Amino acid sequence: MMRGKFVIAGVGHTAFGTLPGRSTVSLNVEACRRALEDAGIEKRAVDGVFVKTPTSAREILYGQTLSEALGLQPRIGIALDQGGAANMSGIAFACLAIEAGMCEVALVCYADNPRSGSRATYARPRGDDAAFGWFSTAAGYAMIHRRHVAEHGTPEAAFGAVAVAARRHGAANPNAQLRKPLTLDGYLAAAPLVAPLRRDDCALISDGAAALVVMSARRAREIGVKAAVPILGMGQAHTSWEVTQRPCLTSTRAKDAARDAFAMAGLGPADIQVAQIYDCFTITVLMTLEDYGFCPPGQAEGFVREGRIVHGGDLPLNTAGGLLSETGMPGLQLVIEAVRQVRGTATLQVPGVRHALVSNQGGTMHTHATLILGG
Amino acid sequence: MTLPTPEVTPLNEAYWAGLAAGELRFQHCPHCGHRWLPARRECPACLREGAAWEKAAGTGQVISWVVYHTAYHDAFRDRLPYNVAIVELDEGPRLITNILAPHESIAAGMRVRLELQSDFGVNLPRFAPVGAA
Repeated sequence: MMRGKFVIAGVGHTAFGTLPGRSTVSLNVEACRRALEDAGIEKRAVDGVFVKTPTSAREILYGQTLSEALGLQPRIGIALDQGGAANMSGIAFACLAIEAGMCEVALVCYADNPRSGSRATYARPRGDDAAFGWFSTAAGYAMIHRRHVAEHGTPEAAFGAVAVAARRHGAANPNAQLRKPLTLDGYLAAAPLVAPLRRDDCALISDGAAALVVMSARRAREIGVKAAVPILGMGQAHTSWEVTQRPCLTSTRAKDAARDAFAMAGLGPADIQVAQIYDCFTITVLMTLEDYGFCPPGQAEGFVREGRIVHGGDLPLNTAGGLLSETGMPGLQLVIEAVRQVRGTATLQVPGVRHALVSNQGGTMHTHATLILGG
Repeated sequence: MTLPTPEVTPLNEAYWAGLAAGELRFQHCPHCGHRWLPARRECPACLREGAAWEKAAGTGQVISWVVYHTAYHDAFRDRLPYNVAIVELDEGPRLITNILAPHESIAAGMRVRLELQSDFGVNLPRFAPVGAA
């Protein structure tokens, strides 16, 4: 039984936005230092390093390069390559390694610097299909967005509602990269980028890093960690195939990741008070709500337009602004916001949080991981 | 400005040779009957080798499509706005293509037929609505 056996003992992050002159290794080190300070533990206790590979600047042996910069020779040191899902599968693999006795205290972290460095990866040609003009990460999500509209009649205002809520929450977050609120009219007035995607459907491009300390609940009690947050459920499942090859574009194996996480936690969607749903593009939020069972297939549009997802609603989403407003960094900041919500220290605190849910995903919905935290 | 040219390899040369000869081909597995694009050495269903190339009828339907209003490559800058679509052939395989129709007229499920077009010296498989002149 894994429920509650492991905790997030500390969290840390850098500033978000434009951080010129910083390598991803340097950003990771700063976030790890802050996470260790938050956990109240010494660096020498760490014997596991689980880092997501930087999306914009891949390097071989990245887990070892980072370990060297951290002054560590860990028992387990690894870089994970699953796009955005790697953050939360890193948490899961850390828990499994601790369970197996292969390490005791793990750092899980991620950094990237595409804003001051190279954004080429997001505009890349998609194989030989570049001859047709098939370029960019955004276009893959646009293809899914369009199919969702075709199958379900999803109105533009539903996508807009996701963006407006994220920007409202981000405006209240002093650390957010983009604090300018957005109206639905403003959303609708923006020129299309790759139609049907508009500018405000798309994640920010951000420099920054975030890190967590993971250990057993027993260890956290023994050493007196002040604000350890228990991990109640974890799941991952991967659609894996390129968008072109998927038999279905409007549902992914997010469904299976959530099913496993809910089963481990002994909970269901109705037990969740606040959710951090990976919002690289607004379509991702709508589909995740449907695949997770918060609403039936094709009905997320009503769910998000009823005001339920804003602070004060019955399922506030992305309460620090998400990838659309806080930082476009892929995912770990969502886990940190869920930790703050469970601790009761969030800027837009939701009252009475017992269970907080997080989704992370990567590629063009190729990978997916689910995490449930709570007391 | 040159367009990004497909890389012809021993694995996919039959595909590009087919297009040069005026036909769209897909692979099928003689062992399990699975059909697919793009080219690969092993059947992704039964994992065996020995895939054969087969000529597609050239008809299919639109699964989804997008319209670029920004160019990620200079070669496409003066083609804006242009569409990119996923088409499913009637035989099953899916491919990335362009639809030769006004963007507003494209719809999911729309029936289309193959129309080869030479672009940067290579025949590309594009699709036009069935019934279009």
